Amino acid sequence: MNRELKRVSALVLVMFFALFGSTTVIQAVQADALRLDPRNTRALYDSYDTERGPILAGSTVIAQSVPTGDEYVFQREYPQGQLYAPVTGYFSPTQGSAGIEQYMNDYLSGTSNSQFLDTINRIVAGQAPKGAAVEVSIDPAVQQAAFDALGDRQGAVVAIEPSTGRILAMVSTPTYDPNVLASHDSQAVISAFGALEDDPLKPLSNRASSGNMNPPGSSFKVVVAAAAVASGKYTADSTFPNPVSLQLPGSSATVYNWNRLSCGPGETVTLAEAIRLSCNVPLAQLGMELGDDAIRETAEKFGFNSRMTLPMPAGISVYPKNLDDAQTGLTAFGQYEVRATPLQMALVSAGIANEGTVMQPTLVDRVTGRNLEVLKSFEPQVMNDAVTSETAASVTDMMLDSVASGQSNGARIEGVDVAGKTGTAQNGEDEPYSLWFTGFAPAKNPEVAVAVVVENDGNLGRHSSGNIVAAPIAKKVLEAVLNR
Amino acid sequence: MMTENSRTRATAAVRGRIVEVPASQEDFKADTAVIRTMRKLRLPLKLRNRELTLLMFACAINSVAILLVQLGALGTVDLDLIYLGAGLSALVFGLHICLRYVAPQADPLLLPIATVLNGLGVAMIYRVDLATGASGWSAASTRQITWSAIAVLAAIAIIVLIKNHRVLFRYTYLFGAFAFVLLLLPLVPGIGREVSGARVWIGIGDLVSFQPGEIAKIALAIFFAGYLVRTRDSLSMVGKKFLGMQFPRLRDLGPIIVVWALSMAIIVFQHDMGTALLFFGLFTVMLYVSTGRLSWILIGFALFGVGAFFASQTLTYVHGRFQNWLDAFSTQVYDAQGGSYQLVQGIFGLAHGGLIGTGLGQGRPHLTPLSQSDYIMASLGEELGLAGLFAILGLYLLFVSRGIRIGFRGQDDFGKLLAVGLAFTIALQVFIMVGGVTRVIPLTGLTTPFLAAGGSSLVANWIIVALLLRVSDSIRTGPTQEVPS
Repeated sequence: MNRELKRVSALVLVMFFALFGSTTVIQAVQADALRLDPRNTRALYDSYDTERGPILAGSTVIAQSVPTGDEYVFQREYPQGQLYAPVTGYFSPTQGSAGIEQYMNDYLSGTSNSQFLDTINRIVAGQAPKGAAVEVSIDPAVQQAAFDALGDRQGAVVAIEPSTGRILAMVSTPTYDPNVLASHDSQAVISAFGALEDDPLKPLSNRASSGNMNPPGSSFKVVVAAAAVASGKYTADSTFPNPVSLQLPGSSATVYNWNRLSCGPGETVTLAEAIRLSCNVPLAQLGMELGDDAIRETAEKFGFNSRMTLPMPAGISVYPKNLDDAQTGLTAFGQYEVRATPLQMALVSAGIANEGTVMQPTLVDRVTGRNLEVLKSFEPQVMNDAVTSETAASVTDMMLDSVASGQSNGARIEGVDVAGKTGTAQNGEDEPYSLWFTGFAPAKNPEVAVAVVVENDGNLGRHSSGNIVAAPIAKKVLEAVLNR
Repeated sequence: MMTENSRTRATAAVRGRIVEVPASQEDFKADTAVIRTMRKLRLPLKLRNRELTLLMFACAINSVAILLVQLGALGTVDLDLIYLGAGLSALVFGLHICLRYVAPQADPLLLPIATVLNGLGVAMIYRVDLATGASGWSAASTRQITWSAIAVLAAIAIIVLIKNHRVLFRYTYLFGAFAFVLLLLPLVPGIGREVSGARVWIGIGDLVSFQPGEIAKIALAIFFAGYLVRTRDSLSMVGKKFLGMQFPRLRDLGPIIVVWALSMAIIVFQHDMGTALLFFGLFTVMLYVSTGRLSWILIGFALFGVGAFFASQTLTYVHGRFQNWLDAFSTQVYDAQGGSYQLVQGIFGLAHGGLIGTGLGQGRPHLTPLSQSDYIMASLGEELGLAGLFAILGLYLLFVSRGIRIGFRGQDDFGKLLAVGLAFTIALQVFIMVGGVTRVIPLTGLTTPFLAAGGSSLVANWIIVALLLRVSDSIRTGPTQEVPS
């Protein structure tokens, strides 16, 4: 019987090891992810017990907890709520949370693993629990400039420091006031939340990093030009035939340039000229010669088709797969099924600006504990070496020309070399345009890369364009960085 | 081992003295009689004293747990519950004193482990009561303490009344029939009660409700042990060899088929997968231990696998349980009626606890439904953390290993088999419940032994403690009686 008993003992051991394993997985490995689940109300309830840490942009407080004296003890307050809503998100007693409030909740609520010793100290010392402060990379002056420049238009701005990936501005309009959702009057919160959700303009969606995905239009030509030069088969001086229109192969679609004219006077046109004048016909030819695989490869190195976390997850920008020639031709000027967030287009410019190296975008600089000790700091991280520095320099020259004397001149700043590219993307036959600008400045030692999208024609109707609407907004953002 | 050695040493010392002091025959007789008595007195004292020390430690842990719950959740100390707890401790010490007289050689670890588990369960149930504002008789903790008292009294009665576990062997088939009747009771109209879909309760009016299945598991363990000791020769000796394993004859498959059919009937008619799995697992393991044929385990697994598969395909509630298990976090399953909401809330609770837990009285275990019964481990995990759960699982493991140890050391096959069976029910029940809560297996409605709120389960598990104590006593006393004087 003893042999059998040994085996039964082994079976019991296996059963218990399974339990040791499963509890470890839940309580140690997956615990952080489970705390972030929006259905997990525990973290939320905890927040009422603790003085939730503030969110800071530089020395500006953009979210903080103030004592209330009622049963909830603390009330979350957003001093410039509408301006910073895309960054802070909201923290609501009944409707969950979003943004930094959601994705840095562990630190803000004081429950992260790096606050473990702090927690023990606190228990021993009998202090009241207090969350850590999250310092974001946003520059209040740039954020304000972007917000003012967008005005009452529907759109978004993202500004990035090219050498680090730090996000300096993240604006999305129309916006909302997170203070309304942080109220302790749960009925008021529920109705306010319902109204925001039902609003056709979708103020709760962050257009800067996800939200509506717009076709990038001609601003995508920067990616195609980079792919062309990177292939080694093309330079800025490569020439293309210059007809007024182009019948796409195997399709009834005909491509015209934006002004329904040929691209400049010549029989042929160079790549640089096509970018400067933002012509579609030569780009469609280039795209078809280059092939969708080459374009996709470069686009993906800039971040298309991949998931990014800021730490909130960004929407995935798309360069489509399995394209025929006609579809490839359309994607070469950012139409067909190409979709991009302003964050993505800012990363394209940031990559070109940073000599071809795309840095991981991030919103958070550091997290500091109650005694101002740094709990976590974010070091710049390379996301991809998208193109070589030579290729980047060549594309920069094309973008410089485009702003200096071409179709993107709305972003011109006296005395500064601004590189950029506009886009006026079609959303369908009678749909309003999505207006774009992406670029960076100064061309030497770039300090900032920016992307602007304005939806719904910028409220100007059919005569709007990226250059009329988006480029001037980008200009104000660039100036805000250069003047600081 | 230690006691074995000391026993030898004691004998040597006695012999030494005999040589040293030549004495008359009368003196010699008197001397050995005295020494025998002394030996009897001294050895048990050692085990029981060890038990007493551990027991005081267990009660200290329990009191501290309740105090921490009060400080954490109330901010003050409420002495009422402390008095109740002290009363319960007194009963446990009463059991200890009984053991000194009626089972002096019983295992010294079983009682302290059961006490600390029971106490932690009470503390956590009380903690949830504080959060939900339940008090008096509507508070589960008050009822749990009362049931604990009844359970310990039942254990005392068993240990005092059953002087020798071999008595149970005589009534093997009576216990079988008793278990069968107990299992059928909830199906009897009028006294059967259905609670959250499972028909496993009986009740008279609103007064008392009881889960007879809990007691049935003990009766079944006794029955299986007695039956298998009688029949194992035919179950293990004959049969065809296949794949290097001896497979039983077709007609010897009878018993396992009957138990399998019984388990399936429980699944189909009482909607209670956990109990079915418990009984079937218990029988299969006891069958294996008694016959030494690995093929029984294979046959058992195959039968239960087939049954569970068909049940999951044809019975909606079983299908639902499987879906909740496999796809717990999908919105659809989470939001469904009878979906994974409870399970996921329990997991959120565990995650909330993390490594060291929120501290007693400082978590939010009450957010999980059934946080005092099915999800008691999630509640404990939330407030005591992974560290606390490891400690609790370690206590269970120790408890079970003491039971299996009786199997190794036992004098008679019936006692060995019974002890292993009883210990294994505890192990299997812990596995089914904790595994269910942590998504190792689909969650089924059993009780977590000693911890979960529920009177029937407490009484049954304390009876198991009493039986294990009784069987373990016979091991320790066994050789001493046979040593020639």
